Amino acid sequence: MRFLRQTASIAAKDLRSELRTKDSLNAAGSFALVIIVLFSFMLDPTETQTVYELSGGLLWLVFAFAGALILNRSFARELPNDCLDMLVASPVSSSALFLGKATANFTLLLVVELVCLPVFGGMYNLSRWSTHLGPLLGVVVLGTWGVTVIGTMFSAITVNLRLRELMLPILVYPIMIPCLMAAMKLSTVLISGEAITGDDWIWLRLLIGFDIIFTSLSLLTVDFVLVS
Amino acid sequence: MTPAVEVQKAWKYFGDYPALRSISLDVPAGTCLALLGRNGAGKTTLLRILSGLSNPSEGSVRILGHGSRDYQARARTGMIGHGIGIYDELSAAENLRLFARLFHVRDAEQTVQQWLTRVSLDRVQNSVVREFSRGMRQRLALARAFLHGPSLLLLDEPFTSLDDRAIALLQSLLADALKGGATVIMSTHQLREAMELATHVALLDRGKLAHSGERPVQMLADPTWLYRTYGDSQ
Amino acid sequence: MREKILYVLGVAATLLLVRNLYVIFITLPDEQDQGAIYRIMFFHIPAWFVCFTAYFLAGVTSVLYLVKKQFKYDVFSVSAVEVGLAFTLIGLATGSIWARIIWGIWWTWDARLTWAFITCLLYAAYLMMRNMMDDASTRARFAAVVCTFAFTSVAITFKAIEWWRTQHPGPVLSLPGRSAGGTMDPEMEAALRLNYLALFVIAGVLIAVRMNQEKRLREVESLRRQVHAM
Repeated sequence: MRFLRQTASIAAKDLRSELRTKDSLNAAGSFALVIIVLFSFMLDPTETQTVYELSGGLLWLVFAFAGALILNRSFARELPNDCLDMLVASPVSSSALFLGKATANFTLLLVVELVCLPVFGGMYNLSRWSTHLGPLLGVVVLGTWGVTVIGTMFSAITVNLRLRELMLPILVYPIMIPCLMAAMKLSTVLISGEAITGDDWIWLRLLIGFDIIFTSLSLLTVDFVLVS
Repeated sequence: MTPAVEVQKAWKYFGDYPALRSISLDVPAGTCLALLGRNGAGKTTLLRILSGLSNPSEGSVRILGHGSRDYQARARTGMIGHGIGIYDELSAAENLRLFARLFHVRDAEQTVQQWLTRVSLDRVQNSVVREFSRGMRQRLALARAFLHGPSLLLLDEPFTSLDDRAIALLQSLLADALKGGATVIMSTHQLREAMELATHVALLDRGKLAHSGERPVQMLADPTWLYRTYGDSQ
Repeated sequence: MREKILYVLGVAATLLLVRNLYVIFITLPDEQDQGAIYRIMFFHIPAWFVCFTAYFLAGVTSVLYLVKKQFKYDVFSVSAVEVGLAFTLIGLATGSIWARIIWGIWWTWDARLTWAFITCLLYAAYLMMRNMMDDASTRARFAAVVCTFAFTSVAITFKAIEWWRTQHPGPVLSLPGRSAGGTMDPEMEAALRLNYLALFVIAGVLIAVRMNQEKRLREVESLRRQVHAM
């Protein structure tokens, strides 16, 4: 109970200060839209079938790039005035602190994604993208959790480095690959207007499995990162 | 009665370099300890260990009878570090509300309002901290540290960079806390301000505890007496 | 004394490697389907086993560091990762050359190859990150956490041929002779075994040498701090 209340307080704090400046939301949102525009030069937007086949991959590239911007800010936000020290010295456990920040990042990234999804579907004339909206949102939620839980963990690590903005993507993308890969495959299927069948179930299992593995690994090790 | 802080043979290494060497120190409850020593002597390292920001490499630390990272120890400790530890994007009231919630203060809203009044920020409580002057931020930081009525206060160079008004406020807050039975440990270079409150002193010299005990009378007239008597005369 | 043993081991392993090279290139005949190129397997397979072992041990010692906070574990894991990365590059290069001859392409985005490449990138990032931290204790702590995460990628690489259909030739030991459907020629198997031995000992010696350097490095760092503190 205490744990959940603390987690909620930390998440609310991060969301509130983000909503006040909207720095990373604006940056991540416009960056995502720029990449969506860039895709139109990479492929022929009128060949809808090709776009359908690439849709999952394209979308998750956008999400992962936009996510890095949000995640970079997550712990950098605590640097001025040594605020992180105050949180660690308060009676909040490291795992509650971590989950709170991960929840805030998750919410922010999800907002960006929910804007990008219809824009992408509309601009590339993917008329079937929303036929399996429920499962698609489920995949987006699972994939985004994987991305944010790994990203928040590494944001906590890289915040102490010189060149932290450079180091975060280099470390985080290779580790995220299992989650991204599964989310890409599943999203491609769902956006093309098909249901998840037969061979694709393994990807869903992988996605859930990696979410669980990375969440528990983070909760187990976050104390070593925050307390010196 | 158990001491508020018990440190036994604590070592802290950064790589192979020992920043603290076998520190053993008991701080009785209700006392005010001034932690003295040159820059780099290990004062901040020791205070970070007592604040639960860092674990000792060897040895043990008990805070108010609990492990230094335990909920019970953390919930009853207040801390002022090098940074002021408040969020620039949040308002004064939001900052205090956040820490009131994290420390599980009862009647959070009422306590927050009381403290805003006490540090004379009640009229600007809904303004974002970024717009505050330096003095206002410092007073807010003091309210944050004392908000939950801590039994142990850990202050790292609290008088440095405070303006006159904040120094007076801090001294009255500390005097009240001590009257209420709280324990205070502060590292400081401002010997004159500290000596008015300190009942005990401890001198760190290159990671070792050179002296600890009740504040010698000589220090009231001559604050540097301790350095000359126990410090390394290199 | 310890250093002398290391040198002796290193020289012995190098001599064994020279002897193996003679056997592999001069004594052994060409393989019936693959021809001359199969010889690269004598290096490809042991190199991958060396690097997986190194990464595995680095993962174990990283967890041990987090639990026990003793620098020897950190020193081992960074040395193992560095040597492992060198062997990963050998594995990728030899595999690539073999693929050019047998498959006609340098690279294919096959599950196992892809994951081996990802693992390589990940451990390179691990070494890069270590370079960016000045305090040895923080560096060791953070590196240990990253190494624990990185190990998931090693596990996936290892499991990749079971999870996904892949072109990479399957269960490794039976490889060189199996293409004809039979078991491996005993002469080839013996050569492979001895090359395993040579490469493993060389890797071990390299790790030990690297560990010494790493320890000295930390000592120098702390002496420097001590000088600053004076």
